[in-house]
Order: sequence, then C-alpha cells, then structure tokens
Amino acid sequence: MAEENTGWFSRIEKGINTETKNKKDIKEGIWYKCPKCKKIILTQEHDINLNVCNKCGYHARVPAVKYFKLLFDNNKYKEINHHISSADPLGFVDRKKYSARLWASEKKTGLKDAITTVIGNIGGHKIVMAAMNFEFIGGSMGAVVGEKFARAVDYCLKYKLPYIVLSKSGGARMMEAAISLMQLAKTSAKLNQLSKAKLPYISLCLDPTTGGTTASFAMLGDINISEPGALIGFAGPRVIKDTIGKNLPEGFQSAEFLLEHGFLDYIVERKDLKQKITQQLRMFAN
Amino acid sequence: MILLDFEEPIGKLQEQLEKARQIGAETGLNMDRTIKEIEKKVIEKRKEIYSNLSPWQRVQVSRHPKRPYTLRYINAITDGDFIEMHGDRNFKDDKAMVGGFGTIDGETVMFIGQQKGINTKMRQYRNFGMANPEGYRKALRLMKLAEKFNKPIVTFLDTPGAACGLEAEERGQGEAIARNIYEMFGLRVPIVTVIIGEGASGGALGIGVGDRVLMLENTWYSVISPESCSTILWRSREHKVRAADALKLTAENMYDIQLIDKIIKEPLGGAHINPTEMYKITKAEIKTQIKKLKQISPEKRIEQRMKKYINMGIYNE
Ligand SMILES: [Zn+2]
Repeated sequence: MAEENTGWFSRIEKGINTETKNKKDIKEGIWYKCPKCKKIILTQEHDINLNVCNKCGYHARVPAVKYFKLLFDNNKYKEINHHISSADPLGFVDRKKYSARLWASEKKTGLKDAITTVIGNIGGHKIVMAAMNFEFIGGSMGAVVGEKFARAVDYCLKYKLPYIVLSKSGGARMMEAAISLMQLAKTSAKLNQLSKAKLPYISLCLDPTTGGTTASFAMLGDINISEPGALIGFAGPRVIKDTIGKNLPEGFQSAEFLLEHGFLDYIVERKDLKQKITQQLRMFAN
Repeated sequence: MILLDFEEPIGKLQEQLEKARQIGAETGLNMDRTIKEIEKKVIEKRKEIYSNLSPWQRVQVSRHPKRPYTLRYINAITDGDFIEMHGDRNFKDDKAMVGGFGTIDGETVMFIGQQKGINTKMRQYRNFGMANPEGYRKALRLMKLAEKFNKPIVTFLDTPGAACGLEAEERGQGEAIARNIYEMFGLRVPIVTVIIGEGASGGALGIGVGDRVLMLENTWYSVISPESCSTILWRSREHKVRAADALKLTAENMYDIQLIDKIIKEPLGGAHINPTEMYKITKAEIKTQIKKLKQISPEKRIEQRMKKYINMGIYNE
C-alpha cells in the first residue's frame, strides 16, 4: 500500500542526509549525495546526468515532467484530462481527513492526482503516455488514476496510437477502499480493449512499482521494461520482511531480479530510454 | 458453539438452556415450557444483535471459525457430483485455491475458490486461504477449460489476501493476479462470483471479475483488511474498528456504491448457524443468475462485463 512504501523510502532518503558534514549544503540542494555509493557531486551536475550517479549508475527517482522532457521530441507534448480530481467518495477519515490530504498534496506538488496523461511524439512516433506521480500520495491508484488511464486508452483507440505507461506507485489508494481495488479491474478491462485493437502497450516500471499497480497494468505490457535497480513487487519489502521475520536477500524485487525471473523484457538505462523506445515503436509500426 | 464477543448475551441464555435441560434430565421434572421460552429468547436476542451489526462485527462473523468454506459450498451445491482438479501445469498444486467441474441439478459448472482450513493443521495446509501465483494460474487454467467446453464459471471468494513472501514474489504474484483479472474480461462464458467470507484486496479480485458479483450478508470486500489499514494509517493495530467503519467494506456499503450486484441474505446469526440453509439459498441464487446470463450472447456479455467495471469510480471533473 502506498503509505507504507512512502515510509520505507523516506527512511532511505533520511539516511542520505544524516552522515555528512555537508548536511546543510546537501539539504539546500547544492550538493547531491548518492544513496548507494555515497559519492557527492554538484546537484546541477547530477541533473545534467539525468539524475543518474556517474560513479555507480544509481538511478534516482525523478518526477514525470523529467521523463516528458527526456522522451518527447523537442520537449513538446500536450496534457489531456488535466481537470479530473479525487472526490473523496467515501468521506474517508483516519488521523487526517482524506479531503485534507488531497488538498495538501495538490498544494505541495501542483498536481491534481497521481497520474498525468499526455500526447506527444517520440522519435517521430505519435503516442499516448500515462505517467504516475509518486509524489502525490505515494502514486496511489484511486478512481482518478483509473479514469484518466481509461480515457488515455480511449484516445489510443480513437486515433490508433500506441500506449506507454510509466508506473511509479505504492499501490492502491486505501482511502478509496474497494473503489481503488476495482481500478485494478477497470484498467485491465481497458487494456483488454487496447489489445483487441492490436495497439501496442509498453509498460515501463519505474522505482517503485508495487501493490495494485503491479497486480494490474504494470505487469500487463506487450513488453514490460524497467530502469536499473527499480523496485518492482506485489507486496512491499517491509511487509514481506515483517511476514517472514527475516531480512530480504540482496537485490530482492529489483528490476534485475524481475528480469532474471522472467517478468521483464529488458532493462534500459535512463540515458538510452528514448533511443530504445523509439526503436521499439519503429518495430511495432513497420 | 463458538461465540463472538458481541454474542455474549446469547451465550448467557444458552447456559440457562443447558441448565434447564440438565434439571429436566436429573429430576424428571417437565421443563419443556421453560426450555421453549428460553429458546424463543435466544432467537429474539440473536435477531436483536444481528439486525444491528457494526462493520467490524461483520468482519468477525466473516471469519467465524465454524463458517463454511468453499469446498463445503461446492459439495452441497453439486450434491457431491464434483471432481476436483489440481495443478497449474507449470509449478505445482496450490492448496489454497481449489476448483473443478461439478453439476448443479444436472448442469455442468466450473467451480473455483480460495480454500481455508478447518483446524490448525488444515489451516497451514491451505496456507490460510492465501494463494500463491500457481494458485491464480491454476484458477486461470480451469477458467479457460470451462470456456473451451462452454461451461459457466462460479467463483467463491474467501481470502485474507494473496500469499506474501519470497517465493510468491519470485514467481510473480503481481503478474499472476493481473493476468487473471485481464483474462477474465475476455472469457466467453458466464461468470458468477460469490463472496462467502473475506474479500481482501487483489488476492480476492484475482478470481473475482464477474458478470454478477454477489456478497453474502456477513462478508467484507476491500483493498485492505481493517487491521492492516489501522497499522498503516493509524500506526497501530488498535484502530481496526474505526478502520472497518472508514473502509465501507460491508455488503450493504458495497451495494450502495454499486461495486457489487446483489446481497444474499444469511440465516439468522450467520451462515455457520445453519449451513444447509445457506447452501440452499446460495445454490438457488447461482442457478437464477446463470440462467439469466445464458440468455445473453457471449459478445454482449463481455461488453456488459467490461462496461460495468469501466464505470466503477467516483471522481470530480
Ligand atoms: Zn552512486
């Protein structure tokens, strides 16, 4: 579920900041310290390097807009169905009101929900893309994610376009309970329609892709691909660790682990992503 | 008789009943009137309690240790004319997922469901009704078999969730569930889904895409169990009662937000009080639904199935 994974990752992120004398500079964003090899470089340099560590190749998590910039020709794309937002259909309240969480997330991220759907060209191929926003309540899937996903598929069907989904999600959105669960079915039904129309679907599983997302559209690509080191799984690592009462093996649920067990077609480094996807689209098209 | 905490008043009456019977037996006095009166009181008390169950209490009933599980429904509904089938043809036979052909009054149906165990040993054998990837793949194999021979599919949902562990992940738990959900939308035969106990998350939905989805009165269906929801959102297990409220997980809630098609009434006091009656009601309902669904063409049925799920979701625009 979304929340627990957020917790798990924020712990790692905290780890980045604790053991350095340049704490302040790193916090202020002048320096970036790689969480894997601990190398410190200028944030600016790290950005130019597509947020990939130039020493160990660690792929840091980046927001959807960075992928749009990286992938779309001339950084040109058009967002569709921007206006759809969560309605708090169950009036859900835990320690906070869900409506308050939504409001705070929107204010913090400038996003309407955990998915952004766009149209643009990649290497000259027009495509529809749905990219999840992990920064919005852990990229959790509720009715808005389901609906925007569905409408993106409708756009593909209408204009005969390939569909690319960038998953980055902790799973279903608990505050929409069974409604969020049914989005697994809704998105899978739409992919069934897309498949019947023989339109390609590329699923790019980014760090992290877990829970309901993995149990639906993320694992249903005509091709499933990922970036190096991305976490991909059904149950979150902390939940599994608590269940089995043991530490998880090194590299468990990494993209490399999934490739080895037969659930991914290939892993692409971020710098090669555009070229590889273009090549893939060309092969579908010709 | 195992009583749940909120059934304590019933327990007190049953003690009185037992005492009255004992006195009758020991002294030879005619206690019939007293016994009848207490029996009447038990029923009244039960009515009173069960007409007003909280969501958490329904969760408790759905997990009652005496509640009938999938195979008992199948055996009763088919009157024993059932052949269990095993294995996913790839890895192994998952004991938490059962299935096979059976007949309902002469008509062949494919039955599939999660299976819980009735005692400590069997609970482990059945992995507490938590299926692994091979369980979902076995279910899909059986569904395809049903499609090939044009037999309707009935699925029984009763799971606290899909299995969680190293092996489940290695063998692609997410992919297995996703594949089932996806493939169920394409099946050309009628699918009736009945939630008979716990409907927890993707583990339940993995065999739960139905033309008709029916929930027994004292069952629950949600994206997460109240306990886990409490742990994550309230950071402690103690808020399970509040979580059960917040999740809107009862049959009534699910019907109100149009995520299920019908509620099946249970005998007073829950399915375990009168299983025979429960099987009878369930069988009649399944028969009715299959009959109705058979009148629709496969193309139309698939279209309606998809449309139903595509319409699920409430949002602002
Ligand atoms: Zn590094």
